[in-house]
Amino acid sequence: MIEIRWHSRAGQGAVTGAKGLGDVVSTTGKEVQAFALYGSAKRGAAMRAYNRIDDEPIINHEKFMLPDYVLVIDPALAFTDKITENDKGTTQYIVTTHLSKDELVAQIPELQDKKDRVHVVDCIQISLDEIGRAIPNAPMLGALVKVSGMFELDYFLDAMKRVLAKFPQKIIDGNMRAITRAYNEVN
Amino acid sequence: MAEKMELQEVEVWDGNYAAAQALRQAQVDVVAAYPITPSTPIVETYGAFVANGYIDGEYVMVESEHAAMSGCVGAAAAGGRVATATSSQGFALMVEVLYQASGMRLPIVLTVVNRALASPLNVRGDHGDMYLGRDSGWIQLDAFNAQEAYDLTLMAFKIGEDINVRLPVMVHQDGFVTSHTAQNIHPLSDDEAYAFIGDYKPVEEMLDFSKPVTYGAQTEEDWHYEHKAKQHRALMDSTVVIDRVFEAFEKKTGRRYNRLETYMMEDAEVAVLALGSTVETSIVAAKQLREEEGLKVGVIAPRCFRPFPFEELREVLAGVKCVAALDRSCPMGAMGTLYNETCGALATIPAEQRPLVTNFIYGLGGRDFSVEEAKRIMREQKGHADVGHITTHIQQFSGLRGPKLGFFESKRS
Repeated sequence: MIEIRWHSRAGQGAVTGAKGLGDVVSTTGKEVQAFALYGSAKRGAAMRAYNRIDDEPIINHEKFMLPDYVLVIDPALAFTDKITENDKGTTQYIVTTHLSKDELVAQIPELQDKKDRVHVVDCIQISLDEIGRAIPNAPMLGALVKVSGMFELDYFLDAMKRVLAKFPQKIIDGNMRAITRAYNEVN
Repeated sequence: MAEKMELQEVEVWDGNYAAAQALRQAQVDVVAAYPITPSTPIVETYGAFVANGYIDGEYVMVESEHAAMSGCVGAAAAGGRVATATSSQGFALMVEVLYQASGMRLPIVLTVVNRALASPLNVRGDHGDMYLGRDSGWIQLDAFNAQEAYDLTLMAFKIGEDINVRLPVMVHQDGFVTSHTAQNIHPLSDDEAYAFIGDYKPVEEMLDFSKPVTYGAQTEEDWHYEHKAKQHRALMDSTVVIDRVFEAFEKKTGRRYNRLETYMMEDAEVAVLALGSTVETSIVAAKQLREEEGLKVGVIAPRCFRPFPFEELREVLAGVKCVAALDRSCPMGAMGTLYNETCGALATIPAEQRPLVTNFIYGLGGRDFSVEEAKRIMREQKGHADVGHITTHIQQFSGLRGPKLGFFESKRS
């Protein structure tokens, strides 16, 4: 079982990202689960979304999890939310930030003993450049694909095209560029 | 003609979307609805299906849930296939009309996304609304995940509309935990799904002007009692049709449903009895305890909350040493419903075969029910079984902050 926790603000697309990831993963024959925990359920409020991925049907419905991956798609939440909650010792962190990894880790004490498990990528800037809006979910998926090695980039891009099929071509192309850039830029 | 929708063999849907797709495939004639969290996406999605030409039926927006169910009653009496969705306060506002629908024997399908009842206001899942529907004369089917919400919604039409049943059917799923959780779903194609349910066959429809009929007539002490007894009997006898539809569905899909679901009960010494998504979380816990600690734990779950599987429950529990009934609704001054139903069934078997029965109230207003807590409860039941009596309060509160709360103790002499 692979477990993923997204830290986001309502409106940034964590739920869509989690469901999109589930959609893509399901095409590989795996079982998926995607859900969210809303705080005050208002745009901009901190919230969390979750994925579980397994070879067997997923029947665990508890909200509690020990995540394998923590995806932070809002830069400020790395500082204000408990992103290291329920760390399992091997948890990998991918944080959206304009800072370098060293600068980020220096400012967040909880990350200092986990430095080799922290990855940074500027999903906000990438989505602004490529999609024209600060919707950091798609680039975060590109970063996750790279860090986890879960898919070949081309396979993932093809599958995402299908998930995004209802959108205009311009939006699809922007998402493809954003995913590819984040895949290449995450470190 | 409604457009067909191309579905893949495996889709990733949440419980709300799954229920909306089942309603679309049933080609409902009239949906009268007033949206409420967490069931809003069902009627929202359904409305989009109508607007985009995927449904030939009518979508009626009304001013309240009371009006929604009233519209459903009118449309069903007129002779159409009818459905709607609701939750919590909306369900509560529908209650008066729920009794009208069942008393008039109108096979309406109501998809209920279970949510806590105010006050205090809370939008998350518990079973307060499902329990409120207990005596309303509806068949109540309970889904433990999104796939089951889809399957049971399809089956609800076939069960309720059967000439030997003609009763309204609720399909319950847990708010957020099921309704907003996406998972792999294996849908039927539009043609397969519709062929499985079949065309709607009107009975005594009001729109047949050649044969005028009255619905909802007044009957005082001369006939009311006979009508109600007949309605109760129809509900009791619906088990035959429910079983038949479950079998037909298994033939079609390979997915087996039972009015009482049992997991690992063949050799179980202790068990938990629950409803909703908790059933599956409990299965995870029971499997872990079997592997890690060698405890023989099983899980029992009424798929059919009404009519209640009385015989099946006492049969599976005979010889078990201890069972915990988990109620996700505050019973307010009594033991929980699952506890009471269980004790009622067990009182009719020989004393030496009866397990100890305890009651847990849990998960109110969406409080998480974890695998660890399920394991703790199961271990505690094993402790009762080993000493042969209940060592805690009979009714306890699981996952409650603050001082431990419990009521009643065993009388041992």
